[in-house]
Amino acid sequence: MFVAIIFALIIVGSIIFHFWSPWWWTPVASNWGNIDDTIILTFWVTGAVFVAVCLFMAYCVWAYRYRPDRKAEYKPEDKKLEFRLTWLTALGVVALLAPGLVVWNKYITVPENALKIEVVAYQWGWNYRLPGDDGILGKTSVGLINDDNPYGLDSNDPNSKDDILVMDADLHLKINQPVKIELRSLDVLHNFYIPQFRAKMDTLPGIITYYWFTPEKKGEYEILCAEYCGTGHYAMRGFVKVDEEQEYSDWLAKQISFEKMLAKNKLEKNLLIAEKN
Amino acid sequence: MNDEYTDNKIETKAADSSSGSYAPPAEKIPAQEAPDQELYHAKSFWTKWVFCQDAKVIGIQYALTATAIGMIGLILSWGMRLQLGFPETFSFLGPATYYQSVTMHGMIMVIYLLTALFLGGFGNYLIPLMVGARDMVFPYVNMVSYWMFLVAVLVLIASFFVPGGPTGAGWTLYPPQAILPGTPGSEMGIVLMLVSLSLFVIGFTMGGLNYVITILQSRTRGMTLMRMPLTIWGIFTATVLALLAFPALFVACIMMTLDNLLGTSFFMPEIFTMGEKLDYAGGSPILFQHLFWFFGHPEVYIVALPAFGIVSDLISVHARKNVFGYRMMVWAIVIIGALSFIVWAHHMYVSGMNPWFGFFFATTTLIIAVPTAIKVYNWVLTLWRGNIHLTIPMLFSLGFIVTFVNGGITGLFLGNVIIDVPLSDTYFVVAHFHMVMGIAPLMVVFGAIYHWYPLITGRHLNQTLGKIHFWVTFVGAYAIYFPMHYLGFIGVPRRYFEMYDSPYMTSGVGLNQFITVAALIVGFTQFLFLYNIFTSWYKGEKSERNPWKANSLEWHTPDYPPTHGNFGKELPVVYRWPYDFSVPGSDKEYIPQHVAPSEVPTAKAEQT
Repeated sequence: MFVAIIFALIIVGSIIFHFWSPWWWTPVASNWGNIDDTIILTFWVTGAVFVAVCLFMAYCVWAYRYRPDRKAEYKPEDKKLEFRLTWLTALGVVALLAPGLVVWNKYITVPENALKIEVVAYQWGWNYRLPGDDGILGKTSVGLINDDNPYGLDSNDPNSKDDILVMDADLHLKINQPVKIELRSLDVLHNFYIPQFRAKMDTLPGIITYYWFTPEKKGEYEILCAEYCGTGHYAMRGFVKVDEEQEYSDWLAKQISFEKMLAKNKLEKNLLIAEKN
Repeated sequence: MNDEYTDNKIETKAADSSSGSYAPPAEKIPAQEAPDQELYHAKSFWTKWVFCQDAKVIGIQYALTATAIGMIGLILSWGMRLQLGFPETFSFLGPATYYQSVTMHGMIMVIYLLTALFLGGFGNYLIPLMVGARDMVFPYVNMVSYWMFLVAVLVLIASFFVPGGPTGAGWTLYPPQAILPGTPGSEMGIVLMLVSLSLFVIGFTMGGLNYVITILQSRTRGMTLMRMPLTIWGIFTATVLALLAFPALFVACIMMTLDNLLGTSFFMPEIFTMGEKLDYAGGSPILFQHLFWFFGHPEVYIVALPAFGIVSDLISVHARKNVFGYRMMVWAIVIIGALSFIVWAHHMYVSGMNPWFGFFFATTTLIIAVPTAIKVYNWVLTLWRGNIHLTIPMLFSLGFIVTFVNGGITGLFLGNVIIDVPLSDTYFVVAHFHMVMGIAPLMVVFGAIYHWYPLITGRHLNQTLGKIHFWVTFVGAYAIYFPMHYLGFIGVPRRYFEMYDSPYMTSGVGLNQFITVAALIVGFTQFLFLYNIFTSWYKGEKSERNPWKANSLEWHTPDYPPTHGNFGKELPVVYRWPYDFSVPGSDKEYIPQHVAPSEVPTAKAEQT
């Protein structure tokens, strides 16, 4: 009796906790509201199964608790029941999987008009590169990285000249502008994750990975590294600021292009040499 | 030897069916195909208890070693929880120590505790007894298997004392970071970890071959595959999985060791770190992840399947009812085992592998839910119309069902590729896998220990301590992991030494403190359990023979507790499955496997 009640109470308690708890999603700030919908669907379907199975169990514990005069039923199989349960479960699984795959297809299909932004991850911080007016990001190579060229950009590639280098952990995005995040790591695995955008992907040295989203809500959102990357993993933060058109242009105007940076470096070097002489 | 079986009393033909229209099936006694096994009989203390070839003793050696290292894993988890609940309070906990604790806790619990305990511990103790064999088929190799395991554990412990400490790369040991200086323990710790894992795999292979071959070749007469207890089916399938999966881990360990020590580039692409370009080029970090998870996912079922099997037997015995849908249960175990090899990349949805894989692996992963759900239905349907004794093994079995269903349904979230995108690498994942492959299998481990302890020692564990142990562990563990899912919903990432004042975390601070306190309480209760185990060994209440009135062979040995050789002069002959409880028409409440139909002529048991 006591045992069955406690088990039932734990299940009821779990339901109460769910409704009472203040802990839930941060409001979605990107176009990935469908991900939330899929989760909600899964939550209710599986939650119902969990509650039903556990309450049934608690009922059995109460109804069929040991009595000396009771004799358990002898029934090795019930083909019909097993068959029905199997197909019912299969149906439930299809109902969860199908919408999930549809949304996944959307997730990996980048729209044509998406602005490409490169995220450069390193131990332990973030840098960014925007493609400039040509809309194309120039080629890079790990071998080209040095103090003057922290991104390892190929200066022979004409597309690299106007690339805009954001050497700061904070990134600005224009509201309602779809972005394709191209992820690149200089050293180890990282993961560019902003909870409010719901999207994430690992960054790896050696290859470029990607995902896309459209920021739809103005605000400031924290970037978290979501793939363990060494001792400083927890401190690998940054901010994304979603701006209106004007603020975004102001911010963009303050950033430096690769060409300008090369020129600036050269100038500084010459000055340094001149000072020494 | 053959002749000895002829005077068995079971050759009488089926008794006349005077009791009614029901006729018990005719008895077929299969001929003995191979001569009885010759065993090495130990003569000295050393060969009897230390370098022992008796699978029962080896099982206990495995279990004690696994428990000892498991307690270290438990204490490491306290370190983590103290930091998460009360950051900046404990000066001995820096980020490096924290990450080392996380790593060693995970690796110890998954491999050195659960795998070793289920297969090395329960496997060794129960396989020969339950299938009616005198011992494992290769007792000497079995002994070496344990000593290999012990060496692996010692190497693992040694890594705590080398310069730089143990590795802090996370239990997944992902390269490149695992062997680069930004990660704690990247000097000697990671090497010792890889060596220890390789030794573990070598040792396990010796034991694993033994388990599989014993089950396939050494079953007693009449013990058909479809009459084996589900415990044996679970352990058998898990061992086959392990024999196929561990080689992937083994080669991954060797390759990473080469990358680390000899400068090969299996997993290492061009890398720019600490202001310079390293000499590596052309390797693939994702290749390691594929190898790791090709092992890692079956590993989940290597832990889960023995638990599935054992819990089926516990529920059946303590509810005095046959396992509902036995054949379905067997097939479910086998199908889950087979499917577990084609779902591994669901751990890698956001790893940067080709995103098209997502469709395939999400589909295979969710298909696994079907046989798994069937198992759950059959467990609760076994309780339905049973006569449930709320013994401690039964309580733990009920606890298993709740935690397993809870952890199983969150698997449907994470397996569905798009839902995994926001939830992966958050506390939702931590809560999911602790619930499903930590707490649920541990519930079964505990239940199984309370169940078989009398068989091993001839004494019962203390019941009061046992009840305290159950309630604190079950309610406590549920209170730790159920709310933890919600931290994941908020978006709190795992493996964070500290969240600072992130907006996600401000609301979760109290929750984290609560979880830490609960974890400390649950942890201490395990020491109470150990106290119970050690004191009951010599002063526990004496157990009568077969105290739970079970049918499987291990309870029906001539000596109780069973001695070397298990079955005295004659091996038993099996006539039925181990679940003939409450058979109609019989005045006996249970009919053990070795009882011939002619001995219970009125019992209307179905042919098995």
